[in-house]
Amino acid sequence: MSYTGWIIITGILVGVTCGINGSLLVLRKTAMLADAISHTVLLGIVGAFFITQTLHGIPMLIGAAVVGLLTAYLVETLNQKGVQKDASIGVIFTSLFALAVVLLSFIGSQVHLDTEHALMGEIAFVPWNRFVLHGIDLGPKAVWMLSTVLLISLTVIFLFYKQIKISTFDHHYAILIGIPVGFIHYLLMTLVSLSTVASFNSVGAILVVAMLIVPGATAYLLSDRFINVILLSGLIGGLSAILGYWSAIQLNVSIAGAMATTTGLFFMLAFLFHREGLVIKYFRHRLRSQ
Amino acid sequence: MSDYFSIFLSSANFRWVITGSLLLGFACGMIGTFVLLKKQSLISDAMAHAALPGVGIGFLLFNEKNLPVLLLGATLTSLLGTYFIQLIIKHSKLDADAAIGVIISVFFGVGIVLLTFIQQHATGNHAGLKEFIFGQAASLVNRDVQLITVSAIVLVLITMVCFKEFKIAIFDPDFAKGLGIPVSFLNGVLMLLIVGIVVIGIQMVGVVLIAALLITPPLSARYWTDELPIMAGLSGVLGALSGVIGTWFSATIPNLPTGPMIVLVISAIFLISLLFGSKRGIMMKVVQPS
Amino acid sequence: MNALEITNIKVNYHKQTVLENVSFHVPEGSLTGIVGPNGAGKSTLIKAVLELIPKHSGAVKVYEQSFRQQKHLIGYVPQRNEVDWDFPTNARDIVLMGRYRKIGFFKRAKKRDIEIADQCLDKVGMLDFATRQISQLSGGQQQRVFLARALAQDASIYFMDEPFSGVDAATEKAIIHLMKEWKNEGKTVLVVHHDLQTVEEYFDRVLLLNKVPIEYGETQTVFTMDNLERTYGGKISFLERATVLT
Repeated sequence: MSYTGWIIITGILVGVTCGINGSLLVLRKTAMLADAISHTVLLGIVGAFFITQTLHGIPMLIGAAVVGLLTAYLVETLNQKGVQKDASIGVIFTSLFALAVVLLSFIGSQVHLDTEHALMGEIAFVPWNRFVLHGIDLGPKAVWMLSTVLLISLTVIFLFYKQIKISTFDHHYAILIGIPVGFIHYLLMTLVSLSTVASFNSVGAILVVAMLIVPGATAYLLSDRFINVILLSGLIGGLSAILGYWSAIQLNVSIAGAMATTTGLFFMLAFLFHREGLVIKYFRHRLRSQ
Repeated sequence: MSDYFSIFLSSANFRWVITGSLLLGFACGMIGTFVLLKKQSLISDAMAHAALPGVGIGFLLFNEKNLPVLLLGATLTSLLGTYFIQLIIKHSKLDADAAIGVIISVFFGVGIVLLTFIQQHATGNHAGLKEFIFGQAASLVNRDVQLITVSAIVLVLITMVCFKEFKIAIFDPDFAKGLGIPVSFLNGVLMLLIVGIVVIGIQMVGVVLIAALLITPPLSARYWTDELPIMAGLSGVLGALSGVIGTWFSATIPNLPTGPMIVLVISAIFLISLLFGSKRGIMMKVVQPS
Repeated sequence: MNALEITNIKVNYHKQTVLENVSFHVPEGSLTGIVGPNGAGKSTLIKAVLELIPKHSGAVKVYEQSFRQQKHLIGYVPQRNEVDWDFPTNARDIVLMGRYRKIGFFKRAKKRDIEIADQCLDKVGMLDFATRQISQLSGGQQQRVFLARALAQDASIYFMDEPFSGVDAATEKAIIHLMKEWKNEGKTVLVVHHDLQTVEEYFDRVLLLNKVPIEYGETQTVFTMDNLERTYGGKISFLERATVLT
């Protein structure tokens, strides 16, 4: 496959994986916890590098899952100790992220892992980093990693669809009818961490937030079926990746930044023009008053 | 190398930078007290991220790094982002969390697009624009620091003048209205104070992490006192302390960004307060169980 | 036989005691109203009993066994404003949630479950709205969907939190009808209730609560002006006094 082809496939995988998992967080009203986790996952990546001295997929995924769960746990604990939810999220993510960035600056230039990379990733380099097994070239590593995470996400959502849906709608009722709500919560946080780390090389730890939250928020405005919100969010994520890549090439700007901007455009259109959107409301109001 | 640093440390510029970080930290801590009480921690994070595109636009308009213009741009987009958050909450079924998440990530994405666009296309000297992301105290020139210092003093004075009114208006807005206190005007003043401190601070601390300087000092101070005036003062002192220590480390160790270093210091202060704070610290509960 | 035995429940919230010394036994097949002023801890009590919020101390027995063993016998109708009605789903889906235990952990709802869900919707007069997005339902209709969900659960003991607040007359009737039917089937119902005028009409037992239980027993003996004064601390309005006494 061509160089551009691999980049587009990577982008689509980032958009779909983050879109699907992110939509669940928007529905569960924990968008900012996702924001926090996607920042702190950087600490997991840096930590995995310090321990293994390499940037291999598996240690990175484990490090990310550990730090992601730790973030969710610490936020919850502080909240229980009487700190407002907002402020607990703020304290935890800024401190862990700051630690990661400071550690990162000590790694220096020995590996391809620096603050700029952490910030916006470099999807243009993705096709060069190949997965070679027994001398056979199997394509870019990032594509393998993203496909794995997407597959895990789809499996989890398929298996626990009912539990996710009921606990999202009515937390107390879910507890009462015996759904392990804590387990479901941390399971979804793990999926967010895995999505972030798999997308890290392509879009970086900060801009991945856009891919997680914005397609989900857009889909939530457009659909009133749980399953449709999830699927539509994946679709919007994928489309944003393609359009973002294309416009970034035209303007010669950051690909990840352009993808984030594109999600924003989709959101703006949905916000203004969906059934209850501002523009539609305005015209309906004018029609009625005439 | 060490010669360079000893010269730098004894230079007038360095003394200015330290003074700037001290006053900036103090102003952040003090204003942050009211941000925390008003439960707006994450909105302040959005204000900071939304400042980034303004910096880019400010540069593109005049094609030069004119600090007042950049900061004016930052102020405008920061206010615009805040306005959009209110608009989304008011006119859609999305909650505050999702609205903040969308604005943070999309505005930051647009900011990155603009900064990379400037890198590729602008002819003027654009060195140092990237420092707005993570902050770099060492890149500040005297004039920049003087601007920070004077603005921080002005913001602290305004906060002190409105102190009593803020207290009543935030604690019990209805009661305050009954007393004839202009509550919505005060809310507006507080918002301008937040935007003001964020905008003057981003060059030193960066848009990604400056919210920590607003959130963490008052949260730490809360563990030592129950009195609002003492809390605000202590919060200012803790902010100033972390500003100075963080800046000093960042200036003496090459490649160490200032923002994350300051945040690491204030996070350590938070941890100490959480454990040993005389009012609600965890250890106090162990020593004298309630 | 006692369906429910509650012993010495105490609940703290942020170091403050919001509920204590709550002990009472609920006989099988009774309709109990939990009555008291705002902030008396009525909702807190049922949430603590259902282990939805942590309690400081106390024990709950359901048919002489621990609550955890008997959790499957419990049905719950939460306050309507506790969930987000913008949630992207329709009325039938909400009712199917009540079939969760019967459907099983990894299995999908079968045709039979959907039939049962529709029967339950029909019983509360909501079958025509089965595929309606829940945000488009009125407050009363939303409450009836919650009732249908409780019905679908086919529990033995039902807890309802303020089911009558903000509903239309038709819904109120449906709730009462359902409560009577459950009673006739030998099921036990506990309802958090704040409308004093209807207490005698709806419930055969009453728990008067204000942070501690003031009085508990059969409605005729317990629901007296004296006891209400003690519960409401003299804050009972003139109008309410008049209606209770007549």
